[in-house]
Amino acid sequence: MADADIIPIGTRGQPGRGTGTRPSSAARGLAPKGGTTKKTPPAKPAPANKPVAEADTSSSDDVLAPTRPDDQPVIATSSLLDDAADVPTGLTAARTDERSTNPLAGIPIGDWLAAFQHASREMFGDQWEPHLARFLAFLRRRLTGDYTVDEYGFDEEVTTRFFMAALRPIADKWFRIEVRGAENIPATGGALVVSNHSGTIPMDGLMTIVSIHDQTGRHLRPLGADLVFRLPVVGALARKGGATLACTEDAERMLRGGELVGVWPEGFKGIGKPFSDRYKLQRFGRGGFVSAALRTGVPIVPLSVVGAEEIYPLVGNIPSLARLIGVPYIPITPFFPLLGPLGLVPLPSKWLLEFGEPIRTDEYDAGAAEDPMLVFNVTDQVRETIQQTLYSLLMQRQSVFK
Amino acid sequence: MSTGRTVLVTGVSRDLGRTFARTLATDPGVDRVIGVDVIPPRGDLGDVTFVRADIRNPVIAKVIAKEDVDTVVHMSVIATPGSAGARGTMKELNVMGTMQLLAACQKAEQVRQLVVKSSTIAYGASSRDPAMFTEDMEPRRPPRTGYAKDVNEVERYVRGFARRRPDVQVTLLRCANVLGPRVVSPLASYLRMPVIPTVLGFDPRLQFLHESDLNRALRHAVLSDQGGTFNVAGDGLVMLSQALRRMGRTSVPLPGIAFGGLGSVLKSARVADLSPELIAFLTYGRGVDTTRMRTELGFEPQYSTAEALAEFIATLPPAGGRADRVLGALADHLPPVDEDRPAQLTLAGDHHGRR
Repeated sequence: MADADIIPIGTRGQPGRGTGTRPSSAARGLAPKGGTTKKTPPAKPAPANKPVAEADTSSSDDVLAPTRPDDQPVIATSSLLDDAADVPTGLTAARTDERSTNPLAGIPIGDWLAAFQHASREMFGDQWEPHLARFLAFLRRRLTGDYTVDEYGFDEEVTTRFFMAALRPIADKWFRIEVRGAENIPATGGALVVSNHSGTIPMDGLMTIVSIHDQTGRHLRPLGADLVFRLPVVGALARKGGATLACTEDAERMLRGGELVGVWPEGFKGIGKPFSDRYKLQRFGRGGFVSAALRTGVPIVPLSVVGAEEIYPLVGNIPSLARLIGVPYIPITPFFPLLGPLGLVPLPSKWLLEFGEPIRTDEYDAGAAEDPMLVFNVTDQVRETIQQTLYSLLMQRQSVFK
Repeated sequence: MSTGRTVLVTGVSRDLGRTFARTLATDPGVDRVIGVDVIPPRGDLGDVTFVRADIRNPVIAKVIAKEDVDTVVHMSVIATPGSAGARGTMKELNVMGTMQLLAACQKAEQVRQLVVKSSTIAYGASSRDPAMFTEDMEPRRPPRTGYAKDVNEVERYVRGFARRRPDVQVTLLRCANVLGPRVVSPLASYLRMPVIPTVLGFDPRLQFLHESDLNRALRHAVLSDQGGTFNVAGDGLVMLSQALRRMGRTSVPLPGIAFGGLGSVLKSARVADLSPELIAFLTYGRGVDTTRMRTELGFEPQYSTAEALAEFIATLPPAGGRADRVLGALADHLPPVDEDRPAQLTLAGDHHGRR
């Protein structure tokens, strides 16, 4: 089509607009070969046999109804697949007439089916039918509220299918998380994972949850500050994801219930510390997590996270504005708020997660939790372990981003 | 159980009180049931002797003395003023009524048992709440207004009474939100609205108690010789979003401030009463631990939270479900799948036996 290269004057050099006297080049390209005259009757819709032939390769003959059941009459789908001649011709003709009103109406059902099957196969693989059925069952359960939450509001189904699936690519591809010592996490029973906290926003908590779930199949139940549960959306999502308030009652209740509980005792002091203080552990709260572990006799698993400090280097803070809004700090990083929303993209640092040897607490006496000196000692032991592991991990790390 | 017990029940003009008094009267362990209220009950009282008396004045002491009452069941702490009038009347009835009743009980030598129907609203609702309240916990933010404040004051008077009359067995039942076909409560009328406003970005945890379980729990408390404070609630929890999906109702998420404003509009339109304590509940939710109810009181609710909700939904006009029908029609064309739903999660108060 040599004449298609000639762009008529008056179209501002943009192809595809046409001149009014002849169709645009795009339209001509679509028209059947043999002529571009307007007298040519409108192209008949592609007969259904071509896509159906492709669809025939499908292993099963039980095929889904079209995706638009309300405006497409349902046809016995098996007949469509068996023989193209079975397609009711009257229907196709009727659709052709409506073409001017609805651009989608001219596409025969066979095409819809083929496209649908193809999309299904793309999404769910060769075993798409059971997969799709399972997905539909999931969707129906969600729509009708037919699922259970536990007493903390934890929604296991949506957490594993949705939250984890959304966070996993970030953990694997963006931060390239490397987990060490996952065998130190008990496979069953209550345990308390204690971690350092960094990164301006609690991204390290989310990444820890995904990493532990992928390594051991267990759900880490994080304990969050009450600010988390005061914020709209964040609080609701946190509860659905298994979090609960960091208080003695909830911590002990979860540990007694045999859950794997995660705490970040540094709290806002940890995630909101300036970049110059990176990898320097802050004070470990009042040691409440240790007394909870002592009372319930569960092991404490120290976790050291390297890499989270560099995702949002915190170089400044606006304390007055933070006080005004009622948040612990307003972060200023080299890119935020300078670049606006783009500054919210975390830097792709390389992460190392190392789980240390579990510290047993069941060997102490019954009243150990009431002994402040012992609680402080165990707190220091946990803190020192994490700090030392952080230093050794930093030594092993080649660079921040590698 | 000693025979010839005489039970006085306050608040029988309301449905829950009337039903309870009627069923208690049929119990073989109970000789006589006297129902007391300011206004006569609308329905049938059965074998219950109705005495029209106001618990807010000393007449009640005469009733207790004359009828030789040994057990008092106090059910007239109300959340909805209803026909009683405005908030002022409600507070008068709740707080002053309880004070008078307890004063009368303290004077009456023959009173051996006191059962008070309280509410889990006594724990309040805030972002600092623990996930599950046990009976020993205090509200994180003491309620300052409305029904919640009344309940807290009533409980304080009841504790004071228990100190002054240690020989009386005092049972305080903190019941979760009662739900049932006939229940009139702020939460029930909220859930009966055709379009349900929610607080944007919050999804509270709800716990329900079926009305028949409330009835049984009170009867159990009257016939049991175990006093104390107990949380009473159905097993498990539902999220508000989950409840709305099960109901098939449309919800309109509104920002917190607008939600409060809507409350006063709805109240003046007499559709629903979104009081500040209900708004706090619909924002942060609440869960109570029922271990003590099972182990010490020995009471097992028949309905779980989800079942109580399901029965409540059955009384509502059907709505929604269109998306589900479309998906169902679609799923019929696919091969059936093995159930792959996750295992049932922990039920409230039942986690000790697990694992």
